[in-house]
Amino acid sequence: MTLTASQTDPPAFPAARGRCPFDPPPAYEDARREAPVCRVRLFDGTPAWMITRHEDVRTVLGDQRFSADASKPGFPFLTEARRTLSMEGQSFVRMDDPEHGRLRRMLTGDFMLKRIEALRPQVQQLAEDLLDRMTADRAEADLVAEFALPLPSLVICLMLGVPYEDHEYFQACSRTFLDNRSTAAQIEQSRRGLLRYLGDLAEKKRRDPDGGIISRLANREGLGPDEVASMSVLLLVAGHETTANMTALSVLALLRNPDQLARLRAEPALIRGAVEELLRYLSIAQAGLVRVATADMTVGGQEIRAGEGVILMINAANRDEEVFPSGGELDVERAARRHVAFGFGVHQCLGQPLARLELQIALEAVLRRLPSLRLAIAFEQVPFKHEMSIYGVHALPVAW
Amino acid sequence: MRVTADQDQCCGSGMCALTAPELFDQREEDGLVVVLQPSPPAALHAAAKEAESLCPSGAIRVLEQDPDDQTADA
Repeated sequence: MTLTASQTDPPAFPAARGRCPFDPPPAYEDARREAPVCRVRLFDGTPAWMITRHEDVRTVLGDQRFSADASKPGFPFLTEARRTLSMEGQSFVRMDDPEHGRLRRMLTGDFMLKRIEALRPQVQQLAEDLLDRMTADRAEADLVAEFALPLPSLVICLMLGVPYEDHEYFQACSRTFLDNRSTAAQIEQSRRGLLRYLGDLAEKKRRDPDGGIISRLANREGLGPDEVASMSVLLLVAGHETTANMTALSVLALLRNPDQLARLRAEPALIRGAVEELLRYLSIAQAGLVRVATADMTVGGQEIRAGEGVILMINAANRDEEVFPSGGELDVERAARRHVAFGFGVHQCLGQPLARLELQIALEAVLRRLPSLRLAIAFEQVPFKHEMSIYGVHALPVAW
Repeated sequence: MRVTADQDQCCGSGMCALTAPELFDQREEDGLVVVLQPSPPAALHAAAKEAESLCPSGAIRVLEQDPDDQTADA
């Protein structure tokens, strides 16, 4: 396949994955080699630029003339539902500076390295407790339902001050948000519900404060109830789904790469680097990141006009051979920290120190506690999340 | 070498403190960047460059030549 900027009928976005479920769609990797800034066609036929090289992705995400504001003309939407809902109840991930910076900085202290590192003993204990329960009287379980999802959910509930017993509700809402098949009405219902649920919780904490993040936001001068609610929704959803998916998919990738699994088991001190490599290799933000140009720009030699949408393909960029030689291979000893799995620019993932901590703890604990871990179903039967904007597996039946 | 950081540009990702903890820290109240060693020893020059390159918001600047260092002229 040859993609060129002048092509009259650009390929449809998103493309399907090929044979290996850990690899990005082959069309994105072909594009990176042949036409790294190329036209694609969105669901409704509107064109957008797809950007696949590591350097170009960093350039665009690092330049605020590419706006993250979904109300700007030309902003690319990946589904009809997302376009319909774009303007309402958005958090600061869909804003530009200075407004984005004002709101984000109310949270940067909570997610700074030192503060997250201080949570290590608590997160470690939660991981051990979940594995205790999972292994108590069985030798088989769904690792997603019993470990990968509850761990980050428990942690974010603790940080925010959200009662964990409501987890079925907010987890279901999160799934609706991230499912490309959800209708506008379904997303609307989930969003309204979560905004109301967390808004009510914030109101309670205004009267009866606790040490959590929502309580602090709720009692902060100059922050309205709607802003508190939308920030809380963002933190709650982003705080559990992404890490849950990374955890389960990482375990699966290691089971499919037994030499790497053995390497990591033999030397647990490799875990920090291994987590960076897994973030790179798996790049679960499979829908990419979207921006709209607010000025005429040139990226990778290609002119992009003001008002044109761009899609940054994190997964293709993280396999760029110019930055990651043999990028298609999982190598837990690779120096992978230049990956863009958390994005780049001022919107780079706020919760990345927490995600790293949780992944380090979760993977180390699973490998140590379950030395005979194996897949309990055929690999071909594993239900991958092709239809979700964040990749992962719906379930991971394992035995030990 | 001269290392500077612009707190107005900083987005608090913590990449610098993760990459080069000897050179950077995060401010207690809001997690924004603090430079610990504005004129790092040669052993930390590579780490300083790495932190500059990994900084997502472009807040960190590294000058090869420290303008205050009279001994650096040669």
